[in-house]
Amino acid sequence: MEYEAVIGLETHVQLKTQSKMWCGCANEFGASPNTHVCPVCLGLPGVMPVPNEEALRLTALTGLLLNCEITAYAKFDRKNYFYPDMPKNYQITQYDRPSTKNGLVEFEFEGKLAQVRINRAHLEEDVGKSFHFDRQSGLDFNRAGVPLLEIVTEPDITSPDMAYAYLEALKEILIHGGVSDCDMEKGMVRCDVNVSVRPIGQKELGMKIEIKNMNSFSGARRALEYEIPRQIDTLRQGGKLAQETRRWEDSTGMTEIMRTKEEAHDYRYFPEPDLMPLAPTPEWLAAVRARQVELPLAKKRRLMTQYQLPASDADTFVNDTPLARYFEAAATGAKNPKALANWVINNLRAKMAEAQITLADLKFPAASILSLIELVDAGKISSKIAQEVFAEMFASGETPEQVVTRKGLIQVSDTGAIEKFCDEAIAANPRSVADYQAGKAAALNFLKGQVMKLSKGKANPGLAGQVLERKLAQIK
Amino acid sequence: MLHQLTISELTGKLTRREVTACEAMEACLSQIEKTDARLHAFLSVDKNDALAQAAQADAAIQAGASFAEQPLLGIPIAVKDVIAVKNQPLNCGSKILGKYISPFDATVVAKMRAAGAIVFGRLNMDEFAMGSSTENSAFGASRNPWDTDRTPGGSSGGSAVAVAADECLAALGSDTGGSIRQPAALCGIVGLKPTYGRVSRYGLVAYASSLDQIGPMGKCVADTAILLRAIGGRDPLDATSVDEPVPDYAKSLGQSVKGAKIGLPKEYLGGGLDPEIGQAVQAAVRQLESLGAEVREISLPHTEYAIATYYIIATAEASANLARFDGVRYGARVDGGDPIELYRKTRGAGFGPEVKRRIILGTYVLSTGYYDAYYLRAQKVRTLIRQDFLNAFKEVDAIVTPTTPTAAFKLGEKSQDPLQMYLNDIFTISCNLAGICGISVPCGFTKYPHLPIGLQLLGKPFGEETLLRLAHAYEQSTPWHRERPPLQR
Ligand SMILES: [Zn+2]
Repeated sequence: MEYEAVIGLETHVQLKTQSKMWCGCANEFGASPNTHVCPVCLGLPGVMPVPNEEALRLTALTGLLLNCEITAYAKFDRKNYFYPDMPKNYQITQYDRPSTKNGLVEFEFEGKLAQVRINRAHLEEDVGKSFHFDRQSGLDFNRAGVPLLEIVTEPDITSPDMAYAYLEALKEILIHGGVSDCDMEKGMVRCDVNVSVRPIGQKELGMKIEIKNMNSFSGARRALEYEIPRQIDTLRQGGKLAQETRRWEDSTGMTEIMRTKEEAHDYRYFPEPDLMPLAPTPEWLAAVRARQVELPLAKKRRLMTQYQLPASDADTFVNDTPLARYFEAAATGAKNPKALANWVINNLRAKMAEAQITLADLKFPAASILSLIELVDAGKISSKIAQEVFAEMFASGETPEQVVTRKGLIQVSDTGAIEKFCDEAIAANPRSVADYQAGKAAALNFLKGQVMKLSKGKANPGLAGQVLERKLAQIK
Repeated sequence: MLHQLTISELTGKLTRREVTACEAMEACLSQIEKTDARLHAFLSVDKNDALAQAAQADAAIQAGASFAEQPLLGIPIAVKDVIAVKNQPLNCGSKILGKYISPFDATVVAKMRAAGAIVFGRLNMDEFAMGSSTENSAFGASRNPWDTDRTPGGSSGGSAVAVAADECLAALGSDTGGSIRQPAALCGIVGLKPTYGRVSRYGLVAYASSLDQIGPMGKCVADTAILLRAIGGRDPLDATSVDEPVPDYAKSLGQSVKGAKIGLPKEYLGGGLDPEIGQAVQAAVRQLESLGAEVREISLPHTEYAIATYYIIATAEASANLARFDGVRYGARVDGGDPIELYRKTRGAGFGPEVKRRIILGTYVLSTGYYDAYYLRAQKVRTLIRQDFLNAFKEVDAIVTPTTPTAAFKLGEKSQDPLQMYLNDIFTISCNLAGICGISVPCGFTKYPHLPIGLQLLGKPFGEETLLRLAHAYEQSTPWHRERPPLQR
């Protein structure tokens, strides 16, 4: 019997705010232990939480980026459990009324567009961190109370690779949207996995097993790569799977049981009485919506349709926002945006890298590239000359017209002059003429090269070819 | 004797430079010295700090500080041990906090300081404000100054005793189900539970966050009015505090109450009500009528569910609120081999039996499988109770009831029977569930023994002004508040 995996992911992402969720302490990684703490985030007796407005906005913004609905009524709840790194021994989270729900993430996977539905993205607080020494343990509460978004998918993921691709896509969206830096090294993203297997064709889901303790996306993929065959093997050997939570051990590359369903916590959620429910006003939502940026995949698709760009060029722009902005600003007036993209990506970007400068340092306006393209398209200069003109204008800031005039680079399309160069080339290269007449087509290219040389590159290459062919035919 | 004055009397003397704040503070301290060994209102008093604040107040008065801007200038006010005062112990009447010192001021304390008050002393209370007699204090019960064999009530028992025994000019208490009004009634003083959201809870160690309010306790209605104005208002540190203007409550005192409509809920006059209390309340009703108020019978049909509702919601919230007392970061710790053992030992040794009872009850009602039947249902009933009051307030300006079913009971009389103890709050508890305001004013004495009786007035959300005006009119037309407890023994 063949089996398939059904995977859902819960991703925790730290929000990019100046201060923590309930107090004014800095939300900053890397400070000495317990330096970004105050009575509120230490849970001292008598303190109360006050919501960080920016965290609420970033939550709604994330909802928009993930195509979620922003709920008209949301609230905070207390999730009760004892743990030394949790100052209040309850975590403030959103249980049954999250700020955002019912979204969708689209991403490219194995050459196709994949979709994963988002169940919800809710706001909660991070906890502190435990350190274990030889004889004692230490606690650092710098991270306690940092705003954390939990993004929960529907079980729409079917393979470890797809899980990985989803996580990468999610990260790209969140970084792009400006809601999180998603720095894995700094623990800004953590993910838990829910996975079950079932015989292909079976409708009901198999026994859901949760895996925790992956500290990277590849760790999540490896955990799934281990866990799915383990579950399938268990079933094949006639064993039974139980609902449980397992821990991924990165060093051994295996998952091991952490707790069974019977040992599962009863978190005793109830509404947080210290905080008022959230009911976003239309004005507030409009302000959040104004901060919504275009997502990478949407941008790629738009660039491809709007400017007829090939996928690779669109990708380049998606990955280089300033370059894309430069391109799009110039493209509004371009007759040939595809050529413009070509120039921007293949010439401008390379030259800038070579000169180690940025777009802000350019000496010429974007309009100059458009003029250059028009010179080529109008047949006034060849693409080869255009390279030379571009190098000049890059260095000096002159307009392409100025360069062409100063250097006399206007393409020769005057048939009389070209005939003269052709006659000279034929006369000087009898051997090539003979080769051509003997059927060696390559000889024509050589003669054409001679014409270009004689014209100092200014001859219209197409015209030169035509004239040469006519003259060689007459010689016969 | 300066410690026997009301706030406005002392303010008058300070304004006229007849006395100094230091003299007033010293008078309170010497009264504490004289009486508190017997009464045990205070858990601790930092005399040097109190006198230093008094000296500061005197310097400010010398420098021409304005009493209009600082209405509590030089007034010694004591604080219940559940409200954080910077650099002072904060024990909540419990052993579990050990030698904990608060690193910050509660908002109410900061506000009182800004108003010039001398904030001093830690007042005894039932552990974590759970109780109605102070017998649940880990540091021993306080005693009622009218009869030291009797309870002063609770949980703000220490506050009520300190005010009644003139150990301070006024005090702050906290009220979750009657913890200000019940001891005020039992000790013959005035206690006001503000509307939920009127006063910031920042710095109040939470018992039941959706019910707790800090409130003033004083020798007369006017003092609670002055104090409420000083501590009220929206606080950016408390998301549940409400942005409602804080009127100058004292100003409206003395205005006529003619035509005020007062409701007498029929549900509050039956059952376990002591006949003497019933008579005193009836007399008070007639007195209010003689002042021009119109009294009519009203109904609050869900009253009988209040106690059950309260003990579900309050304990549920408490079970989470008290989870932080685990010995890991502060307070007393009993070590264990692992965190769980450390929690068990610390909390086992640190909490008293009533606190444990309520944590267990609260944990139970929130558990999977019970949540809907208990917590969720209690929330629905709570809404009905609130609706009862809002409906009543469409017809009346205030509601009058007894504060307690009996006068002060004997220490030990009910401490073995939690349910009997809970029933002591039967008239005060609905007010917290509804989130409205309430005040208790003295309305007479039982014959033998001679013990104070409290009259409770309940008002609309943010209707403290009306409430204070009515209470003040009643108070000024009766002699009860002038009688002082017999301390000389
Ligand atoms: Zn903090």
